[in-house]
Amino acid sequence: MANTDIIIHDEKDNVGVVVIEKITPNQECNCWIMENDKSVKIQSKNEIPLGHKIAMIDFKEGDTILKYGHDIGKVVKDIKKGEHVHVHNVKTKKW
Amino acid sequence: MEIPKSFLGYKRENGRVGTRNHVVILPVDDISNACAEAVANNIKGTFAIPHAYGRLQFGADLELFFDTMIGTGKNPNVAACVVIGIEPKWTKRIVDAIATTGKPVEGFSIEGAGDIKTIMTASKKAQEFSQWASEKQREECPLSDLWISVKCGESDTTSGMAANPAVGNLMDKLEPLGVHLCFGETSELTGAEKVCATRGSTPEAQKKFMKTWSDYNDFILKEATNDLSESQPTAGNIAGGLTTIEEKAFGNFQKIGSRKFIDVLTPAEEPKKGPGLYFMDTSSAAGECLTLQAAAGFNIHLFPTGQGNIIGNAIEPVVKLTGNPSTAVNMKEHIDLDVSKILKREMNMDQAGDELIKTTIRAASGRLTCAEVLGHKEFIMTKLFRSA
Repeated sequence: MANTDIIIHDEKDNVGVVVIEKITPNQECNCWIMENDKSVKIQSKNEIPLGHKIAMIDFKEGDTILKYGHDIGKVVKDIKKGEHVHVHNVKTKKW
Repeated sequence: MEIPKSFLGYKRENGRVGTRNHVVILPVDDISNACAEAVANNIKGTFAIPHAYGRLQFGADLELFFDTMIGTGKNPNVAACVVIGIEPKWTKRIVDAIATTGKPVEGFSIEGAGDIKTIMTASKKAQEFSQWASEKQREECPLSDLWISVKCGESDTTSGMAANPAVGNLMDKLEPLGVHLCFGETSELTGAEKVCATRGSTPEAQKKFMKTWSDYNDFILKEATNDLSESQPTAGNIAGGLTTIEEKAFGNFQKIGSRKFIDVLTPAEEPKKGPGLYFMDTSSAAGECLTLQAAAGFNIHLFPTGQGNIIGNAIEPVVKLTGNPSTAVNMKEHIDLDVSKILKREMNMDQAGDELIKTTIRAASGRLTCAEVLGHKEFIMTKLFRSA
């Protein structure tokens, strides 16, 4: 089994979580989907630290981020596949 | 793993079981802290629980104060209790309610006597209680005598991935054995509230949950000056990779596994519908939440953390676990169980749940938790509104 760099909770999720100390730009990352035990690959665009999220698809402003198979917020700035997803480009829909 | 059938606990007069054998000196109000602390300093085997309130509170805020104080004294982790207040009336109200458990309890009021005389008379009683409690022995008790509360803190994305679902796995395994379970944190379910409501086992429980959450949300919207993005998620959460309250809520929610809750409790309310999972309306501040859960009678607490919350509780042992490999190393002295191997896929959730069950039973049977050894005795009253 190849080392896992990124864990994705649910098959529907469009973001994954970095589970190694950090991933570096242009790294070919192994992703494991917890829900169905499948593996996928993604190439990173930024350095992303442990616990932070990576975009699994391209996003446009206004799109919805899915994690745990659920809506966890809206995209406020376009995000490309492989980029860091966090407070600089995603905001809550609650407040 | 075959789940152990028993742990070693202290059987109390009312049939409940304690995981600890505390003799507590309980001040009724802020100005009685000095006296209570002097008694605890005199008499070994006792400790005081100082706090900031108990004067000029009224209405629902006063009732919650009494529920918290009385519930703390009634908790089976407390073997005996000395209560010290400035005035006799509120002191007696607390003493009488604690006495319904059958445990030794006595009250002292300072007004008219002064600190020094009260310290002397209360110390004599505390000595009697301390020596009496010291002879109590642990006995084998079924796991159904465990009342387990849970709350997470300084969460990050590893909480939702490893530590919280490990607690959920424990709940899935222990609930069928007749354990009482409790989760809270009304505010931190925001974003997952509709999904959480569907976990109510009856339409009444679901309705009660939605009303509790909506009341809280209305209050926040009324009081908030801008939005809560500065405090929910916290700076620590954001550093750990959590972006929004919704993400935090779905991670938080992993703690209940696939269980359904049978009732919604008001803050500090004792569960009365038998074994199973309860939701309690609490703040998401760890000190406040744990104090309310302990006052409701829970005798051991599981606390998953990501970035490393260090909370303990005055009377309830707090078992801490983390899924964050950095926290497990850098804050090792605070972590009772490291489940970070889940991230490397060297441990699965079933194994993590089993390890947590073993750690919980050891702590319940007397092994001191990290928070206890490090002297954490947080006791934080939930204040509903300003005093008169």
